[in-house]
Amino acid sequence: MSDKKIRVVIAKPGLDGHDRGAKVIARALRDAGMEIIYTGLRQTPEQIVTTAIQEDADAVGISVLSGAHQFYFKRVIDLLKEKNASDILVFGGGVIPEDDIPGLLDMGAGAIFGPGTPTSTAIEWLEKAVPART
Amino acid sequence: MSTLAERATGGDVRAMARLISMAEDRADGVDALMRELYPHTGRAWTIGVTGSPGAGKSTLTDKLIEHFRSEGSTVGVLAVDPSSPYTGGAILADRLRMQRHTDDAGVFMRSLGARGSLGGLSRGTREGVLILDACGYDVVIIETVGVGQSEIDVMRVADTVCVVLVPGLGDDIQAMKAGIMEIGDLFVVNKADRSGADRVVNEVRGVLEFLKGREWVPTVLQTVAENGEGVPELVRLLRLHREHSLKSEAGRERELARLRSKIEDIMLERLSDRVEKLWTVRREELLEAVRERKLDPYAVAEELLSKA
Repeated sequence: MSDKKIRVVIAKPGLDGHDRGAKVIARALRDAGMEIIYTGLRQTPEQIVTTAIQEDADAVGISVLSGAHQFYFKRVIDLLKEKNASDILVFGGGVIPEDDIPGLLDMGAGAIFGPGTPTSTAIEWLEKAVPART
Repeated sequence: MSTLAERATGGDVRAMARLISMAEDRADGVDALMRELYPHTGRAWTIGVTGSPGAGKSTLTDKLIEHFRSEGSTVGVLAVDPSSPYTGGAILADRLRMQRHTDDAGVFMRSLGARGSLGGLSRGTREGVLILDACGYDVVIIETVGVGQSEIDVMRVADTVCVVLVPGLGDDIQAMKAGIMEIGDLFVVNKADRSGADRVVNEVRGVLEFLKGREWVPTVLQTVAENGEGVPELVRLLRLHREHSLKSEAGRERELARLRSKIEDIMLERLSDRVEKLWTVRREELLEAVRERKLDPYAVAEELLSKA
């Protein structure tokens, strides 16, 4: 009998060492019944994408507080395409200015959750977006 | 061969990862895929790493990967972490300590949620081992959840079982004589730079005394996984066990026992699916009847099974 679980990689790219937000979202998604693969700090986009593929993740959540979100989102999304894995959803959070969000969504990010977003918003988004992905 | 199995055995990591998920989810068609893969298995050496939470299993696994890679072997890792009994969710963080191998194409790491399994492994572990074996990984390392005394499923899947202990457990070793202390082919006292390591070694030796006369008597050694101390010796002893089990009668018997439990597990899974289906239609009605004492649980079970 099939029993599918939503699997999400939560990753922290680059040098910023603040993983509190990543841990809060990981915990909230776990409590919503999902399996969270936590990569730890200072991941390269290559490592994040390899992890997502090996873990057969449905989605990758990227937490960036350093201001380098444009670079990291673009690189992760490009690498997923390169590896024929663009069906894996990309979402993110952290300190990301409102004005930058449309650009990230255009790039291919599925959703960006800025500071103060209740964790339930991310849960609801994943519960809808994961079954709908191709 | 189906496309997915073909892609996986041809080295497509996405296909391997998908196969493992299908096994975990018990997706439709997974049994047929496993049957296709099975003829390609039997080459890998499966090492189980088990021990209490915080014993250093992940760090030790990280060092084992490094060692096997330096010898040119490819390595697959299946790391199991607990799932929440309430929500079914899990935070799988074993990769955290092995992440430096992510860029190495000769290493495949996969985190598994225990998903209700109580024996230290997860529902997809058995298949995961076969999948990685069929895909050509030379060594497959299984890291169990942090175990207590009796989570011993790893012995049913691994060729060689390494039990990791740490100083500070003290007299617990005595209490652990049964169960996990019986399944080790090798005992590692990790964090050996902490005080009390020698005492743990002596206590383990005391337990192992009882095994004298067996064909394979486990040894105990000290490691400091953090800095790699003792890891080459650990690999040497693991390999000694591997060679022994490949050529000894005891090794053959153990393989047969493993196959037996594999087949029995598959049958039990199928039966439990059937049991589930047997009464999906009338469940509410029957439960209510039993609650009102019009029927008893034994009669209901008997009746349902008689229709199977």
